[in-house]
Amino acid sequence: MTHATTGPPEETRPVGSARSDRLSALVQQHGALAVLLLVSLVASFSFDSFATGDNIGNMATGSAFLAIVALGMTFVIVTGGIDLSVGSLFALGGVLAAWGSRHGTLVALLLPLSVCALIGLVNGLLIARSRLAPFIVTLAAMLGARGLMLALTDEGADTYLVGKDSFLAELGQGSTLGLANPVWITLALFVAGAVVLRRTRFGQHVYAVGGNEDAAALMGAPVARTKILVYVLSGLLAGLAGALNAAWLASGVTILGNGMELEAISAVVIGGTLLTGGLGHVSGSLVGVLLLKVIQNVINQIGSLDSSYQQVVSGAFLAVVVVAQTWLGRRRHLM
Amino acid sequence: MTDVTLGPAALDKARLLSWLQTYGVYAGVAVLLVVNAVITPHFLTVENFRTQAVQVAPVIIVALGMALVIGTEGVDLSVGAVMALAASVTALYLGYGLLPALLVVALFAAVVGLANGVLVAFVGVQPIVATLALMVGGRGLALVLLPQLKDLRNPALASLGSGDVLGVPYLILIATGLALLVAFVVRRTTFGRRLLAIGDSRPAAQLAGLPVRRVLIVVYVVCALLAAVAGVLATARLQAGDPTSLGNLMELSAITAVVVGGTPLTGGRVSIGGTVGGAVLIQLLTATLIKHDLPPSWTQIAQAIVIVAAVYAARGRGKR
Repeated sequence: MTHATTGPPEETRPVGSARSDRLSALVQQHGALAVLLLVSLVASFSFDSFATGDNIGNMATGSAFLAIVALGMTFVIVTGGIDLSVGSLFALGGVLAAWGSRHGTLVALLLPLSVCALIGLVNGLLIARSRLAPFIVTLAAMLGARGLMLALTDEGADTYLVGKDSFLAELGQGSTLGLANPVWITLALFVAGAVVLRRTRFGQHVYAVGGNEDAAALMGAPVARTKILVYVLSGLLAGLAGALNAAWLASGVTILGNGMELEAISAVVIGGTLLTGGLGHVSGSLVGVLLLKVIQNVINQIGSLDSSYQQVVSGAFLAVVVVAQTWLGRRRHLM
Repeated sequence: MTDVTLGPAALDKARLLSWLQTYGVYAGVAVLLVVNAVITPHFLTVENFRTQAVQVAPVIIVALGMALVIGTEGVDLSVGAVMALAASVTALYLGYGLLPALLVVALFAAVVGLANGVLVAFVGVQPIVATLALMVGGRGLALVLLPQLKDLRNPALASLGSGDVLGVPYLILIATGLALLVAFVVRRTTFGRRLLAIGDSRPAAQLAGLPVRRVLIVVYVVCALLAAVAGVLATARLQAGDPTSLGNLMELSAITAVVVGGTPLTGGRVSIGGTVGGAVLIQLLTATLIKHDLPPSWTQIAQAIVIVAAVYAARGRGKR
């Protein structure tokens, strides 16, 4: 499904001029940003409470955890894969961090990170070495990780609390220069992610594997290792996001993370990364997350609108973006 | 994998593997039946078999549609949302009688399937993304139509959910009938052959002049309609419209049933018998663990292991 063999364009279209190609490239990469700015602008004129420092701060903190998950998902999707296990790993990471926090911050951070990275490693090995479909492998990991999380919490009955005075709580709940710590951490991770994807050899390999796996292998790119690493990264970041979220909430909440994989995939796709792989930016995914959260916030502000409209709007939005992207992408491939 | 012929030993191994790939799911079901017959008290009762079959019937019905979609090298993530939509619409229109309500349900499902099909066939969006949009939006719409669980007191609906013919519940009869129908369509009709040809290679099907877009649209509409049938039956059994949790994770259960049943995700090949077997296998496995007081977490871990084992065994099957 996520392989490059899926449906080639049904008919050839006339090749557009260089200018319109540049335009479609621009729309594809920055269309989401333009929509984000537009929606935010309209919202700040329509609702007095939208553009306040408190509301923006809340939105930023609320976006941080999903953004960290979406960052890992971006790497996976650029290789042409998909990771359905991140929601479960988010929940598992949170529970492990809260459980570990009674043994100190080091355990509270190392435990979720190593367990989630290990599950990512298993995903990667099955996908890259055994050549199983990413969709189905990470689906199994999603079930398995949730099962593990339930087993750790006595079927969801136990809730582990994060100690109030621990460094972990400070990491999740404190703020620096007026911005919540999770927001700073997210920004730092995105800068690092952008550098890794755009400026390192590993990043080049990620693009190459997603662009054309066989060609990448012929050019000497370590295809299997690259694939394994992106799933490890995705698991690691999902676990970290879960740990930070647990620190923020002061407890490991077992019901979190349901459907998060779909939110993350939506954000990445809205941000202009193609699910066929080979193309995409981490900044787009950040914009995608912000856009989803702003839409959510706007719908909450319209008091008369039920929150279920949020899903309708998100779904419709995703459909529009995907259709636009497919059309633009098709034109660009014919350049 | 099966075409490696190095010598008698290798041949036997390849044959064994091939046999396992085709009949493994039935062997798994048989093993679970035997094990349960020995270790589980009250397992070999008509009542127990009826309960298990009624529970698995909606999964089978959804999985049938999913098998068709997967046969075209697609996937449909929106089936759970369609079940929820069916529940909401049934609850809203039941006042006009069961039949009118069912017609409106069918209309809603057909629109969802059409939207999926158009996105996949005409716009060229990847199936997983096209159906993701309706998975998110569809459940939202179900919640907009019916914000919370609503009790439904309707004799016709109630008898659909719990009635039977000669002791066989309607649910089982409907699931069996639909499975036979879908198997017939896949094996014996032009439509079935075209569907598999598209899954095998869409460009080749195009070059051969097959009506690729039309077939794809019909496949997604049929998948949505089958999901709606499952949604109505589940609603009838619950005697309540439940837009929040009905059909949750159903897309994953259905995909699991199809894959465990030996249908490759790469399309071009569909096993309906295997799909039914896959659904039954997962149901029996879950029931076994629950009957022996193992917690739900174990069930999920066991399911994960079965999925990986099934896909691992099916490696290299499908297109070469």
